[in-house]
Amino acid sequence: MLCEKCQKKQASVHVTKIVNGEKTETNLCETCAQGENAVGFGFEPQWMLQNIFADLFNQPLAGGQPVTVSRGEQVRCERCGFTESQFSKIGKLGCAGCYDIFETKLDPVLRRVHGNSRHTGKIPKRTGGLIVIKKEILDLKEKLQTAIKKEEYEKAAEIRDQIRGLEKKLE
Amino acid sequence: MSIKDAVHNAYSKWMEGTGPDRDVVISSRVRLARNLNNYPFPHFMTKDQAAEVIHAVRTAVSQKEVAEQTGRLEFIDLSELTPIERQILVEKHVVSPQHVSDPANRALVLADDESVSIMVNEEDHLRIQCLLPGFQPEETWHLANRIDDLIEKTLDYSFCEKRGYLTSCPTNVGTGLRVSVMLHLPCLVMTKQVGKIINAMSQVGLAVRGYYGEGTEAYGNLFQVSNQVTMGQTEEEIVKNLLAVTKQIIAQERTARENILKNNRHTLEDRVYRAFGTMSYARMISSGEALNNISNLRLGIELGILNNLTYNQINELIVLTRPAFLMKKAGRSLDPEERDSLRAEVIREKLLKAKAN
Repeated sequence: MLCEKCQKKQASVHVTKIVNGEKTETNLCETCAQGENAVGFGFEPQWMLQNIFADLFNQPLAGGQPVTVSRGEQVRCERCGFTESQFSKIGKLGCAGCYDIFETKLDPVLRRVHGNSRHTGKIPKRTGGLIVIKKEILDLKEKLQTAIKKEEYEKAAEIRDQIRGLEKKLE
Repeated sequence: MSIKDAVHNAYSKWMEGTGPDRDVVISSRVRLARNLNNYPFPHFMTKDQAAEVIHAVRTAVSQKEVAEQTGRLEFIDLSELTPIERQILVEKHVVSPQHVSDPANRALVLADDESVSIMVNEEDHLRIQCLLPGFQPEETWHLANRIDDLIEKTLDYSFCEKRGYLTSCPTNVGTGLRVSVMLHLPCLVMTKQVGKIINAMSQVGLAVRGYYGEGTEAYGNLFQVSNQVTMGQTEEEIVKNLLAVTKQIIAQERTARENILKNNRHTLEDRVYRAFGTMSYARMISSGEALNNISNLRLGIELGILNNLTYNQINELIVLTRPAFLMKKAGRSLDPEERDSLRAEVIREKLLKAKAN
């Protein structure tokens, strides 16, 4: 079969395109297929998740309230100058500070993507110093509750002392 | 071995073809996204800031303790490599396609055996990646975690108590962890069960995609399973979840293989030997055809039909037949037809050597 575009070379690439539910099929030679950008030859970055993410950001918030961006008075990050519309466009934030500035808009989106908006995992050892202690206290408090429920009062007293020790460190 | 050497040979730790469950799992990968405090995210940095970040990371990874975990590390600015060399690193799974798409102001740290790589100024300031052969997501995570601890000793990460590790794209925020395994699922594809699995995975926060190609029409029957959720679960929970689910996929693939072998042994053997024939004699092979035949050869090893080939040789074939590797071998850029004939030549040579052994 000859290429449907140039009608010269042998068609070796079968292209199926689905645009708005409409399927079109063409047979092209490799040269035309490359020109058409029809085939990924492994050199282009793949389709990225953040594109969907940017779309999510523009969705109405839960509760049906549509997101309105009023012109002229856009929210802008004080630290890096990144704007909300830039985020909507590329699905990335400008700096760590953006997480605070756009917090109210980010929260529902994080919930939708991760099913959660609170980190419960690893804490950096050096820079997270106080946070590590706070997390340890939280964990111990949970253990304390379990110990009390099981009526293991000696163990509970031990845990209580550990908590007190850590709380002193925080002061 | 230096990075300049790395782009000349088809060796990478993951390609050794060792490791647990290697009949189904090719490699396990962990990637941690980390950013430095006090700098905008990479896409929003000035050139000077990018250079400062590169310098800071370079200093941090030069600590003696880091090399004790990873073996000798080499640091290179991406702009020092040619476009083909950069593409080869993608074909070896050492860096992401995004990282080399725009090499300016970006760098790479690579361990000698290529099991550890750190991309600097990709989507985040640091992308720490560990890649091991076979099914060992937990070991891979522990390695990445230790390297992360060492780097954090000297670098101030962007971290917030509530949101965790802050990343440029909120899809990675929290743990910044992406753990994935590459699976060879020829018999689940043959029995048309892969579609069902892809749907089921999305319900448990995991994604499955074809490694080469898209959806269920993955070339080479290679699929990557990875976590989608990075927040609200601990790293251990994320890794264990992926581990448990992947175990089930492995079991299903093995069951499918046994069933086909029991009921249609001839069909399966025919498929393997046809692939062997084509690969041994063809004069032109496209990249997709090569991947599909490589899959059949791998299946031949997995089922004990082919005894003179090894997993290592199969993994090498995957990488050696990718476009940039072929162009590097030829020493010039090749049009698709030239590529197909060089690809066939490379495959013939490899298989001839295998037969001689």
